[in-house]
Amino acid sequence: MESILSVSNLSKTYASGFKALKGINLEIRKGEILALLGPNGAGKTTLISIICGIVNAGEGTVTVAGHDIRKDFRVTRAMIGLVPQELTTDAFETVWATVNFSRGLFGLPANPEHVTRVLKDLSLWEKKDSKIRTLSGGMKRRVLIAKALAHEPQILFLDEPTAGVDVQLRQDMWNIVRRLREAGVTIILTTHYIEEAEEMADRIGIINHGELILVEDKHELMRKLGKKQLTLHLHDRLEEMPASLSAYRLERTNGGNDLVYTYDTQSERTGITALLRDLNDAGIRFKDLQTKQSSLEDIFVNLVKRPQ
Amino acid sequence: MNLYAVKAIYTFEMARAWRTVAQSIVSPVISTSLYFIVFGAAIGSRISQIEGVSYGAFIVPGLVMLSLLTQSVMNASFGIYFPKFTGTIFEVLSAPVSVGEILLGYVGAAASKSIILGAIILLTAGLFVPLRIAHPFWMVAFLLLTATSFSLFGFILGVWADGFEKLQIVPLLIITPLTFLGGSFYSIKVLPPFWQTVSLFNPVVYLVSGFRWSFYEISDVSVGISLAMTAVFLTACLVIIWWIFKTGYKLKS
Repeated sequence: MESILSVSNLSKTYASGFKALKGINLEIRKGEILALLGPNGAGKTTLISIICGIVNAGEGTVTVAGHDIRKDFRVTRAMIGLVPQELTTDAFETVWATVNFSRGLFGLPANPEHVTRVLKDLSLWEKKDSKIRTLSGGMKRRVLIAKALAHEPQILFLDEPTAGVDVQLRQDMWNIVRRLREAGVTIILTTHYIEEAEEMADRIGIINHGELILVEDKHELMRKLGKKQLTLHLHDRLEEMPASLSAYRLERTNGGNDLVYTYDTQSERTGITALLRDLNDAGIRFKDLQTKQSSLEDIFVNLVKRPQ
Repeated sequence: MNLYAVKAIYTFEMARAWRTVAQSIVSPVISTSLYFIVFGAAIGSRISQIEGVSYGAFIVPGLVMLSLLTQSVMNASFGIYFPKFTGTIFEVLSAPVSVGEILLGYVGAAASKSIILGAIILLTAGLFVPLRIAHPFWMVAFLLLTATSFSLFGFILGVWADGFEKLQIVPLLIITPLTFLGGSFYSIKVLPPFWQTVSLFNPVVYLVSGFRWSFYEISDVSVGISLAMTAVFLTACLVIIWWIFKTGYKLKS
């Protein structure tokens, strides 16, 4: 698929000496939703801020549709919309005025129809004449999205769009993102909520300590790194693990009433058949069984825990 | 040239002035009227003419300058400091705008506001003393140059300041004393020679002198020098701002 944003060897060291980014390489495909996951201070916001021009780039290059973000900043910035993490809005302006301001700032002539459509899509239309300071936090978040969409960007950055947002609004936000994607907008979102990435993203990038640990298709990632667990609910409580089963590294849970077997879905032989046979030989009977795929959250925790 | 952006910033800044019209317009007009009453009418009636001009009329250019300088610095510094303070500056930094366009918007609006204010004060002054403007063209030129250069200076101040205190302290501790000591209320020729020399290091002396010349054709220093000094100050401010955006000083980390 066609790449729309290309980051190569991007590093950033702040004046304090803190290395926020260490040689990031990333290709973002046109029309995809990429979720950047990472713990606090991992470098997610720094990466976005450099691409958008808010933070000076260190070494390396970033191009948007083939244009360098420094040399051709007018072209690249006009293509990008940014919804920042913090609720930074004006206080005394009306919603209508602030969204129109954004459109002008990004070099476009006034277009009341477009702004009207954006406000309606974001359920902000009723609030268009309200001063921003009278709005709730969730509404302010919508205003920031409306501002970012005012100039019809092709790439939208959402820096933790659902942080501190209630369930209803989060669902709305996801719907908005889906609609934008259908309209062909490329979306890069950072998030702490792994379920959000799991729900929304086509690809997932994981950043930790300023390094991009991996970028992978979501399903591929879950398949590759996914572990499965087989839980056996036993007929009778198992007092002690028979020596013949020690090779399977089974866990005794639920007071000895359950046995849990963890296996890798990638390997040729999962070992389930052998396990069941050996259980039978040992005279252990079970009344039910279930398998569970590990979630993205488990994968994520395992990855960032890995020693660097 | 991103004219839509210039217009957006300019309109935004002007709208801010109308929201705070009492603070932006009414209060400087009232304080200037008070100066006229105290210095012009009460004390001025006891002061003889200065080079053929009544004292009340003599202080008009100085008073206009006083407001022009203070308001330019305050307007422009607040205009850029506040977005920095609230964080909304991110939008301007991420927009496809050049340094020149940002300046046209912010500094243009700040200068416009202080020029409007200067005109209002001049009209107010006309109610108290008879006004005579010998060189209207140069009067407007000095007004524009001064408003622009001090708005640029205010912009620098707003970028530099990292708290409201610093924002207040420069106009209060530097601009106001320089204006008062810059011959707004007297001709520096009345000072002892030593203090006359000291005064020549005060940039406001050149502004007030040039501006007063455009009214009454009397000046402390020659008009050419006044213009040159103003131009030097303006250029210095532009260079500093160019450097600010080049390095991202206090705007981008």
